[in-house]
Amino acid sequence: MNDTSQTSRTEAAEWLARRDRGPWSEADQAALDAWQAQSWSNATAFWRLDAAWARANRLGAARRAPGNRLLQAVSGRFMPILFRSAASALVVAAVAGAAFYTLQPGERSYETTVGGHETLTLGDGAKVELNTDTKVRVSLDRRKVWLERGEAYFDVAHDAARPFMVMVGDHRVTDIGTKFLVRQNASRIEVSLFEGRAKLDSTSEWAPQHSAMLMPGDVAVATANSMSVMKMPEKTLSSELGWRRGVLIFKHASLAEAAAEFNRYNRRKLVVEDPAAARLTIDGTFQDDNIEDFTRLAELVLGVRTENRGSEIAITR
Amino acid sequence: MADKPETGRDDAELRQRSVGRTVPALQEWFVREVLPLEATLMQFLRRSGRSKSDIDDLVQDVYVRVCEAAAKEIPDPAKPFVFTVARNLLIDRLRREHVVPIETVEDLDALNIAIDTSGPDQTLIAREELRRVQAALDRLPRRAREAVILRKIEGLSWREIGQRMGIAERTVNRHLTDAMHGLADILYGDPPDVRRKP
Repeated sequence: MNDTSQTSRTEAAEWLARRDRGPWSEADQAALDAWQAQSWSNATAFWRLDAAWARANRLGAARRAPGNRLLQAVSGRFMPILFRSAASALVVAAVAGAAFYTLQPGERSYETTVGGHETLTLGDGAKVELNTDTKVRVSLDRRKVWLERGEAYFDVAHDAARPFMVMVGDHRVTDIGTKFLVRQNASRIEVSLFEGRAKLDSTSEWAPQHSAMLMPGDVAVATANSMSVMKMPEKTLSSELGWRRGVLIFKHASLAEAAAEFNRYNRRKLVVEDPAAARLTIDGTFQDDNIEDFTRLAELVLGVRTENRGSEIAITR
Repeated sequence: MADKPETGRDDAELRQRSVGRTVPALQEWFVREVLPLEATLMQFLRRSGRSKSDIDDLVQDVYVRVCEAAAKEIPDPAKPFVFTVARNLLIDRLRREHVVPIETVEDLDALNIAIDTSGPDQTLIAREELRRVQAALDRLPRRAREAVILRKIEGLSWREIGQRMGIAERTVNRHLTDAMHGLADILYGDPPDVRRKP
């Protein structure tokens, strides 16, 4: 009775299979986009199959990942590069007796100060946006980034032959064409996925191995020996990216949390001295360098008092 | 339009921008809000006494109309909107076919209300999601299941899957394509797990 819907579903599977098989060029993607643009029937049929097929990626998390066979198998062509850089790292370490993370020749390091914000374009269609007080190291082939401190937003074009990896503490994020945010603080790592797919693996040799395939909306929190993944509503996720425009967005944040956020961006620190005041909650959007606006609002709305002490501002009741 | 310099300084603008990327936003919304309704939608359409292939067509048509509308403005919440579209579509069909058993249309109204009051299918934590996907995998035909395991868990290329299973790549294509259809039908089209509902 209705040929279009059946045809759309059949053709959608053909497209998805072609992409899954690879190789997949930009021209292929453009052709797929054009096919999807022909009708909503095509687009929805493809989204439906694509979403189900992507959900099957969770199966990768079903197993522990000793030596990450998944990664090795997926990126056969990438392995020689890995071996090469591992080998050169050994040479340098032997010659210089240097620490493991010493800068390799060809590697580059980038750093932002407190309140800083920089965007790196790595070529190969990868962009890295560094938030305040952040340091990254970029490999020679520009497909591997070590987040050594702070927070960075990655927007990466997929290249099946050369996966993009972010190393952070004891963990590795491997992108599968994606936009994601990685944040490191104290003993935990947070990875938020906005688009595409990415895989998070623990790489520590002594802790239990964990692995998760992330979908859009997923936020993974990992510590040395645990990993959890939760789904966040789009609004919550997008407020995590306020810093890209120089704003901090709070939704039911406690005063203590809000102060800690401001302190990441400013040399002058907020100190919440009263424990009851620390628990008060606040909503709103603030410029990340405008502590005055924030304290004025806190005084007005929460009834707290603030005291300017030069290098810090104390919040009391 | 979406590439305007980022000068925005408030939450409203942020929201607007996220809607500005129309197609990815629409796709994301469709996958998150509409696809999880497929099982209930099919249940609803099945009660109208249509055939299996008719129902597949109807579901697809509902998606088309929902997205046509959502491209202008994303309906929030999605659920009542999707079922209103389904109901109108079904009534149109019945009218066009001149087989309008009045009770069917009335039933639809009753169903519509019943459906709207149940809460939206909430997001699943990763473990529950894994359990569901595994259950779906178990229900695929044997060869399709093997191919999916080699692809998604072992991470083999199509060529390697062919070698491992001792079949031509053309046949790998058939098994994986079957698996894609099968997983979508099971994950989205099957009634939700009754054990989880009170």
